[in-house]
Amino acid sequence: METINSVLPLLILISPLIGFFINAVILPLGYRGFAKTPANLAGGVATFFIGASFVMAIMAFTQLSGSQAAAPSLLSHCFEWFNFGGLNIPFDLRIDKLSGLLVLIITGIGTLIHLYSISYMHDEECVGRYFSYLNLFCFNMLLLVLGDNLPLLFFGWEGVGLCSYLLIGFWYTDTEKANAGKKAFIVNRIGDLGFLIGMFMLFRELGTLTLPEINTLLADPNVVARIAPSITMICLSLFVGATGKSAQMPLFVWLPDAMSGPTPVSALIHAATMVTAGVYMIARLNILFELSPVALSVIAHVGALTAIFAGSIAVAQTDIKKVLAYSTVSQLGFMFLACGVGAYQTAVFHLMTHAFFKALLFLGSGSVIHACSGEQDMTKMGGLKKYLPHTHITMLVGSLAISGVPFFSGFFSKDEILYSTIALPGGISYLFIVGVITACLTAFYTGRMMSLTFYGNERMSHDVKHHLHESPGLMTGPLYALAGLAAFGGFLGVPHLLGDFLGHMPHYLSTWLDPVVPSKHLPLVGVKIPLHEGLVMAGSSIIAVGSYLLGVKLFKKVFFVKDLFAGFSSFHKVLEHKYYVDEFYDLIIVRPLRKISAFAGGVIDKYVVDGAVNGIGRGVRKVGSGLRMAQTGDVQSYGLMMLGGVIAIMIFIFKVLN
Amino acid sequence: MTNDILLQILAAFLFTIGMLVVLLRRDTIMILMGIELLLNAANLSLVAFSKSAGMIEGQIQVFFIITIAAAESAIGLSILVNLYRNFGSIKTQDATSLKG
Repeated sequence: METINSVLPLLILISPLIGFFINAVILPLGYRGFAKTPANLAGGVATFFIGASFVMAIMAFTQLSGSQAAAPSLLSHCFEWFNFGGLNIPFDLRIDKLSGLLVLIITGIGTLIHLYSISYMHDEECVGRYFSYLNLFCFNMLLLVLGDNLPLLFFGWEGVGLCSYLLIGFWYTDTEKANAGKKAFIVNRIGDLGFLIGMFMLFRELGTLTLPEINTLLADPNVVARIAPSITMICLSLFVGATGKSAQMPLFVWLPDAMSGPTPVSALIHAATMVTAGVYMIARLNILFELSPVALSVIAHVGALTAIFAGSIAVAQTDIKKVLAYSTVSQLGFMFLACGVGAYQTAVFHLMTHAFFKALLFLGSGSVIHACSGEQDMTKMGGLKKYLPHTHITMLVGSLAISGVPFFSGFFSKDEILYSTIALPGGISYLFIVGVITACLTAFYTGRMMSLTFYGNERMSHDVKHHLHESPGLMTGPLYALAGLAAFGGFLGVPHLLGDFLGHMPHYLSTWLDPVVPSKHLPLVGVKIPLHEGLVMAGSSIIAVGSYLLGVKLFKKVFFVKDLFAGFSSFHKVLEHKYYVDEFYDLIIVRPLRKISAFAGGVIDKYVVDGAVNGIGRGVRKVGSGLRMAQTGDVQSYGLMMLGGVIAIMIFIFKVLN
Repeated sequence: MTNDILLQILAAFLFTIGMLVVLLRRDTIMILMGIELLLNAANLSLVAFSKSAGMIEGQIQVFFIITIAAAESAIGLSILVNLYRNFGSIKTQDATSLKG
């Protein structure tokens, strides 16, 4: 491994922080208040600094790809963060091939979304506050990715959680939105506890939390043998952290609610970057996870279950953002499925393509909502194609990509995931079948969403229809940029069979990531199993196109599956209520907690705690008034006490001491 | 039983009477007299010990005590006068400003 000392990682990290500082401190001071900062100035500043980060990220990327070494990395050693006992944590930022890729995604998509936000948030109040949060988020996300040790990663991990909370609750005067922010934060805290425990256990076993050192230690068979009993526990604890941040079962409930934040926030935080932090963490620690087959199996199963579970919920939602939210949960499940079967590269690949097309879909939905005067209910849309041509064409690209229609980006990454589940040593597993069903569902609900939004008859109210307008260029520009990425991003990872056909096109991403994230189980590169590969590819293409067209076709006139098939309505009701998971949590966690709190506040606090405090007061008074009796004020009684004291001292001297 | 011991018993007896007077009588003049009795009981004891031990120091001590007793009664009587001025009485039960 070749390490080049460079200031680039630090500059990339610091740039959004400067933007945050300017928007949060300097401009409000200059203009006397957040509300008075001009929206375009705040947006321009924020966009400039994240854009600067992006430019530097490209520089870092070219420097990495220009290096001859097998695993080059750029390192900024800033200072010793803390150092006590055996724990030495430097503030080191490292860009290697994995984090370099993520930094590009974060800053690139971040810049586009900042641009989009300038126009989208133009009429809001306190735009300066919004952009300062957005920059702070980028800083934390970059810290998460660049941190060279787990505590730094965790710092970013917590920071993005904070920013997510702040941005979900951006319109905090609306109680429902403020509550959604709180829910996201609290559910994330549950996961974070798991992450912390995993980190502590890892430190106890290895005595270090620095990533390169962990990898070096784990390469030693003696060390592995020594810590073998606790590896599974460590991996599972870390995975609990990942389920919180990346919205997996059972902690996924916060993500759909998080959609109450501004739409660009949903695109950046809750689709493209933050929620993929769990996948990044597992890919980063792949050497550790590789040592515990049990943990990997749990990850694969949780991922598969989440994918199909959330995918089926998305079929029955009417809120356009809720559909996309459940779709995100489902796609994240796909990524964890890939991690679980050991295909970390594929997970990162899907992370990347998903960032492209999901950010695109969210921004597109934002454009739709913007045009429909804030309406999010798809049953009140329809026929928007002719009013919003740019939004329609870009969202169509995004939809085809997420559905896995051939040669769009989602096709390559999803196909690779399906293929890696089938290429397991056990042959065709039920994980593969779950994956196929989910892919089917994905294309189906995406088709339904497109159909309800853009096709069919117009169902808007007269007022809304009157105001329909295509979004300005500042919004459609990023849409087109993302559409380009979503359409062609997949060619970074062309599968072997197709690559041969296209004239020996290599799997660029796999070659790129190989030194950092080795592909262990995945024989896509090197070993040829053309039959499997071809079968999966052909099958998934047919499924994708078929389900998508079915989705588009079926929902031209009707809104729900229950309207098409008699006898489906009871199941539909379950889906519409999201399997009653929220109600279930409410029943077994929230309400008992409320009861306990009421008991603690009403009974324990009032009688036990207050009782103890007041009791001590009363006791002191009682004792005091008892002791007052001794102070008679009568000289002779004092004299008597003196005599008693003298006699007592004499007895003590003569009897006890002798 | 020798004279020495008898004298010591007498001294203890006088001391006890003085103590009882100090503690029990309500009249401040009586209390001052009780204190005199205490001091003189101590003097008697010192003289008796001095004689039986053949040492002169005890008797020298007694002279000091007699002078101090004179000073004590002067102070005691002036306190008494002030007591009467402030409380209109020289009974101890009337001067209980220190009662808690």
